[in-house]
Amino acid sequence: MDHISPVLWQFLDKWLTHFSLFPPEASKIAPESDALYFFMVLVSLVGLTIVVLLVVAFSILYNKKRHPRAVQIEGSTLLEATWTIIPLGLFLIMFVWGALLYFRIYTPPANAMNIYVVGKQWMWKIEHPGGQHEINMLHVPTGQAIQLTIISQDVFHSFSIPAFRVKREAIPGRYTTVWFEATTPGTYRLFCTQYCGTNHSQMIGDVIVMTPEDFKKWLESSTSGNSLAQDGERLFASLSCNACHNAQPDARGPSLVGVYDAQLTLATGETVTADDAYLRQAILDPAQHITQGYTPIMPTYQGQISEDGVIALVEYIKNLHTDYRLQETLNTTELPPNNEKKAPAPGQQPAAQKEVKP
Amino acid sequence: MSAPTIVSLPDPSTARIPKMNFLTRENGLLSWLLTGDHKRIATLYLISITFFFFIGGALAGLIRLELLTPQSDLMAADTYNKVFSMHGLIMVFLFLVPSVPATIGNFVIPMMVGAKDLALPKINLLSWYLYILAGGMMLYTMATGGVDTGWTFTTPLSTHYLNTNVVSAGLAVFVAGFSSIFTGLNFVVTIHKMRCPGMTWFRLPLFIWSNYAASILMILGTPVLAITLVLVVLERTVHIGVFDPAYGGDPLLFQHLFWFYSHPAVYIMILPGMGVISEVISTFSRKRVFGYTAVAFSSVAIAVFAFFVWAHHMFIMGISNYAALVFSLLTMMVAVPSAIKIFNWSFTLYKGSITFETPMLYAIGFMGLFTIGGMTGVFLGSTGTDIHLTETYFVVAHFHFVMVGGMLMAFLSGIHFWWPKWTGRMYPEKISQLAALVTFIGFNLTFFPQFILGTLGMPRRYAAYPPEFQVLNVFSTAGATVLGVGYLLPILYLTWSLKYGAIAGNNPWQATGLEWQTQSPPLTENFVEIPIMDHEAYDYEWLEQQQRKEVASVG
Repeated sequence: MDHISPVLWQFLDKWLTHFSLFPPEASKIAPESDALYFFMVLVSLVGLTIVVLLVVAFSILYNKKRHPRAVQIEGSTLLEATWTIIPLGLFLIMFVWGALLYFRIYTPPANAMNIYVVGKQWMWKIEHPGGQHEINMLHVPTGQAIQLTIISQDVFHSFSIPAFRVKREAIPGRYTTVWFEATTPGTYRLFCTQYCGTNHSQMIGDVIVMTPEDFKKWLESSTSGNSLAQDGERLFASLSCNACHNAQPDARGPSLVGVYDAQLTLATGETVTADDAYLRQAILDPAQHITQGYTPIMPTYQGQISEDGVIALVEYIKNLHTDYRLQETLNTTELPPNNEKKAPAPGQQPAAQKEVKP
Repeated sequence: MSAPTIVSLPDPSTARIPKMNFLTRENGLLSWLLTGDHKRIATLYLISITFFFFIGGALAGLIRLELLTPQSDLMAADTYNKVFSMHGLIMVFLFLVPSVPATIGNFVIPMMVGAKDLALPKINLLSWYLYILAGGMMLYTMATGGVDTGWTFTTPLSTHYLNTNVVSAGLAVFVAGFSSIFTGLNFVVTIHKMRCPGMTWFRLPLFIWSNYAASILMILGTPVLAITLVLVVLERTVHIGVFDPAYGGDPLLFQHLFWFYSHPAVYIMILPGMGVISEVISTFSRKRVFGYTAVAFSSVAIAVFAFFVWAHHMFIMGISNYAALVFSLLTMMVAVPSAIKIFNWSFTLYKGSITFETPMLYAIGFMGLFTIGGMTGVFLGSTGTDIHLTETYFVVAHFHFVMVGGMLMAFLSGIHFWWPKWTGRMYPEKISQLAALVTFIGFNLTFFPQFILGTLGMPRRYAAYPPEFQVLNVFSTAGATVLGVGYLLPILYLTWSLKYGAIAGNNPWQATGLEWQTQSPPLTENFVEIPIMDHEAYDYEWLEQQQRKEVASVG
């Protein structure tokens, strides 16, 4: 077979070894998503077959040779109603089915483990709550609902894991969430699917699904020493947030203990839930988010903290369940404010300090 | 054995092109550049959109060549990004939007309604000049380094992060938008005010209805695009904060504004094409269109619903779940009128007397491809499956089935259908049928593998991709080669026919539209005297009577 070109051989080899027609199903939602997908494929095939059959049959039966004179027909209300109502019914089924799926994919369960994702040109930065940082790589355990809180630091990106059938846009200045529960250990592709500039096609990585035991081992072996909340705590102290938010009776800022998920009444009279997005906005644009009873004295931190930094702060505030933690923070920084430039502790992550501008 | 045909040409030994027609009326370049004649302007449009189609097509060829291998090895990633951006911009704004309306519509609409010209001939010429200006700006953009925003100009990427020619590309689209607004305006006024005596709304050919619907979309939608692009340019040049969160803007606002135009734009592109299909299917099955009223109103329904589905481009972008619900439901609604049209066309064939000349072959190809394109749109309109499929090659395949498999097939069908009227000559039938077949096969081979690629998760706009996607990409590139041949053939034989084609006579297809009741090529005034419409559209019995009368009076 020497006469066949080697390029062709390579192609045939690839065809046999590197060829798939359908992505693996590696999350709990994937089979559900595929069920709707195949229902739609079925309806499409039936619809297409009907159209093709009609056209072919009529073309044979009524071609000029066989049927030299056309019979004029105005139309038929009954037939037209049929092909209005049947497609409409099918489309409505797809709409309801799709909506149920959509609400499931975008409504994380309460017990989900939260992992933060920051997209930037051209990489994905992953922040685990235990302080593990990853780039273009996401380790997750099976059998545990994982919520991703996604934000972009620059332009639109989109976080896509085809094997899980989930995807969510990473938007600058706004948190989005998606969740999944991985079922099959293995390595899967992770893509950026929203065009984001020069190296858009290099913004890809791997999702590594592990058994819970392996995942635990991985967590232990790759910890940076600080949890994400601890990083946040350092930042909280170094930005002197605790000068006002110190839970003292005479504090100039509201206490942040237990503030996460609480209902707040703002100076405008509006009531809001202090979720991740609210906390982020309150840090970056405090003037628009004044809690009732306080004066608008907080400076903006827009441009002073990176998205990673904000995430660490949010994670810290989320975990402030008692003011014990806050007192601890106070104790470490009961020093004049100009001490914020103190030398970083060994093992401290650069993310926690590099944004601090004196 | 030869296939039966309805083509009836005048006796070639005596037939000649009428000496006085719109092509020969005046000579010289200026008589073309300053013309007010809708047929001459349509001819100018035909030449210019063909030029841009081949530029866009060459860029598509480059894209497919790059994707032959997983590595980004034919061009650098930046170059690839520019190539697909320019391909999208040129094909959407300089080819698809003006293809059927400004070219075929311009040529036949006044004749179909029995008028001498469009209502505003000078505005019509202005549309073409704006188009040429936009085209020139686009070529300037390309010659001075191109633009790599994608045709969607996504902010803040386009306003803050790229250093390519975003401003000139944005302004080119802005100008092209005005060209399309003026064309739409002209059509609406003409259809309202210039119909000949007896031409009631329900006697209008369906081509008019669908172009009317598209014109409404152009007039109401395009200004939104124009203002959005102005804001992009202003944000880029003087940093007003509208879309970029770094300046206090809202990035989702751009998506809302852009898709508020760009989804209706899909219908601006496809509706006129649907009009062509109605004309062609009726003519070659010798039957009036099944359920004329339903087809007419489905065009209007599409135009109305088209304005309320834009956010289905944003299901994964963090709009509220309930907003997604509403837009998904409305998207399902807009799919229904398209389904109605497909079935009505199929049943137009029922008990007809069908022949398979080239325009009919393209039209049948359209029906198959548009059905696939439409059904896969439902996959994307349903919120749950959209999450997995959006922003992948599934979307690319879907809109190419609608835009290329649908609109381009319809455009070629229309060009082959009205070519004898336009030039007075026939093209060689066998080779044009072959071209239709080659196009159909090449198209499917190019774009069907992309549905599978998308389902596998391959993202759009990737210069390089993981190796497991290569096999399907090789199929797609091979198909694109075949498709390219399918598009080159018509250029060759249509040009050939200008000089050597058989004389077509007034009505080679025995069609009923008023444009066929005048000489080919028509007079500058279209008709010797203003016609009076005394029958329904697609009345083949009336046509036969007319012909019998003629024979009786001549004989």
